[in-house]
Amino acid sequence: MNRKLWFALNSVFVFGLLLSSWQIGVMIFKVPPYMLPGPDLVAKAIVSRFPTLLQSLLLTAEAAGMGLAGSIFVAVLISLIFAQWRGLRRLLYPYTILLQTVPIVAIAPLIIMWAGAGVYSVALITFIICLAPIIANTTQGLISVDENLVHLFVMHNASPLQVLFKLRLPHAMPSFFVGIRVSAGIAVIGSIVGELFAGSSRVGEGGLGYTITYASNQSETDFLFALVIAAAMLGFVFFFIGMFLEWYFLHNWHESSRSDIPE
Amino acid sequence: MKTGDPNSRSVEARASQTEVVLIGVSKKFRRGSLALQDISIRVDKHEFVSLLGPSGCGKSTLLRLVSGLTPASSGQLEVMGKSPAAARDQMSFIFQDATLLPWRTVEQNVGLGLELEHEKKETRIAKVAKMLELVGLTAVAQRYPRQLSGGMKMRVSIARALVSRPSLLLLDEPFAALDEMSRDRLNEELLRLYSEQKWTVMFVTHSVAEAVFLSTRIVILAPHPGRVAHVIPIDLPWPRTAETRLTMAYEEQVAQVSRLLRSVQTASLHSPDGQSAEEVQV
Ligand SMILES: Nc1ncnc2c1ncn2[C@@H]1O[C@H](COP(=O)(O)OP(=O)(O)OP(=O)(O)O)[C@@H](O)[C@H]1O
Ligand SMILES: [Mg+2]
Repeated sequence: MNRKLWFALNSVFVFGLLLSSWQIGVMIFKVPPYMLPGPDLVAKAIVSRFPTLLQSLLLTAEAAGMGLAGSIFVAVLISLIFAQWRGLRRLLYPYTILLQTVPIVAIAPLIIMWAGAGVYSVALITFIICLAPIIANTTQGLISVDENLVHLFVMHNASPLQVLFKLRLPHAMPSFFVGIRVSAGIAVIGSIVGELFAGSSRVGEGGLGYTITYASNQSETDFLFALVIAAAMLGFVFFFIGMFLEWYFLHNWHESSRSDIPE
Repeated sequence: MKTGDPNSRSVEARASQTEVVLIGVSKKFRRGSLALQDISIRVDKHEFVSLLGPSGCGKSTLLRLVSGLTPASSGQLEVMGKSPAAARDQMSFIFQDATLLPWRTVEQNVGLGLELEHEKKETRIAKVAKMLELVGLTAVAQRYPRQLSGGMKMRVSIARALVSRPSLLLLDEPFAALDEMSRDRLNEELLRLYSEQKWTVMFVTHSVAEAVFLSTRIVILAPHPGRVAHVIPIDLPWPRTAETRLTMAYEEQVAQVSRLLRSVQTASLHSPDGQSAEEVQV
């Protein structure tokens, strides 16, 4: 407990040191605020633009959340199909990798051209980039079950559904969560990139990506900094939720989420 | 004499109590050479038969054939008068590593088989509790596998196999990963359960001492292709306890079996097939 407190104090100290050297540096070298505003100006921007900031944040969170949720659902379905039919997996798996390597910046304009601007296009872009990590990891988890465990189930005349639900799915949980963790990290980035192109469908309303374009065009550098901070925090929240779910479901039995062994 | 003594029965009585019979069984894998050739073995009810032999001689394959996990290529194979797959509900298989499901507690692991067979929950819980008591695991019933030692994991694996009251028990090097002390303890425990529950056992091991201690009969297989080289009845007195290991008779049996095993190994070393010789040395 004491150690945790010590660590927290240290973190606060390091953070404070960073902020003050930033502030002092800006003052000493007289950096113009449109190049690099000090933390005081950024804080002011956060306060004065708070409604817009919050609204952009929520809109991006909405798109990222929808996209990620959709991709979890579809990716798990695809993984189940891949696990069940080996031939199909061999045939289609390369396209999953292709999905991962294709630059999202290149296809975002296409998607907006086809699906129009707005939050659903942004969610679709997020959906696409979140698919591959979950498919790859979940499929791997589903098919990498120890042969002897399968034999054990066969010896008890287990049905294919029993093998799936009592063996393959639980076994795939840790790798599924690895996929979730990766995708949660990129979901917010995907949405922001999407918004750079998709902008806003509702007048005066746009996500972080849209507002970033706006602030950049207006050379409102302090507001831009505020937006960057908001984006980073949103990404962190997504990642943290993923981590928490992983811990919640696995901490009892899986080594990667350690807990104390009761005696 | 006690009825539990497997050596006290007459030959005629044995004939009517055959549990496993293999006649001229061969196994050839799709890719690869002949794993087993012309195997004929008969295992009677309540016999404890150990399979010994150099690595790669087909011991695991033989157990898998008997359990119906792999089909034989040719020959006749019956378990309790049925095809292996049909006799599955009366067999249990214990693997080299404990193969527990890490997301289930000890209790849930032991109950797995009953659950898969749609046993009612109340009977399941009662049976599992009784079995945990029998193997001394009651205290750790709520633990997860990663919280157990290797020996305890193996004991859970044994409990899981026994809870469905099998008539035939197949064990593939169950104690190979354990230290000698745990192994000896589990051997003694296995024999105690064996004399209580009277299964038929086919037991694969690399340890001559273990095989002699446990078995009523030892079958030594020779490799390339896998075939029966020697069949040795072990007539050490029952019940066998830790004391048995200190007797002269035991020592002599171990020496005799070791000699036969070594002769099989060296014979295969001098086989013209260079690749097989390499495999044996490993
Ligand atoms: N699925 C398989 N496909 C092809 N060949 C196989 C397969 N399983 C086993 N074999 C081969 O059959 C032979 C016997 O293998 P098996 O595993 O039964 O040997 P073993 O006596 O159990 O060896 P060990 O003592 O090392 O466990 C080996 O040469 C092995 O390479
Ligand atoms: Mg083997």
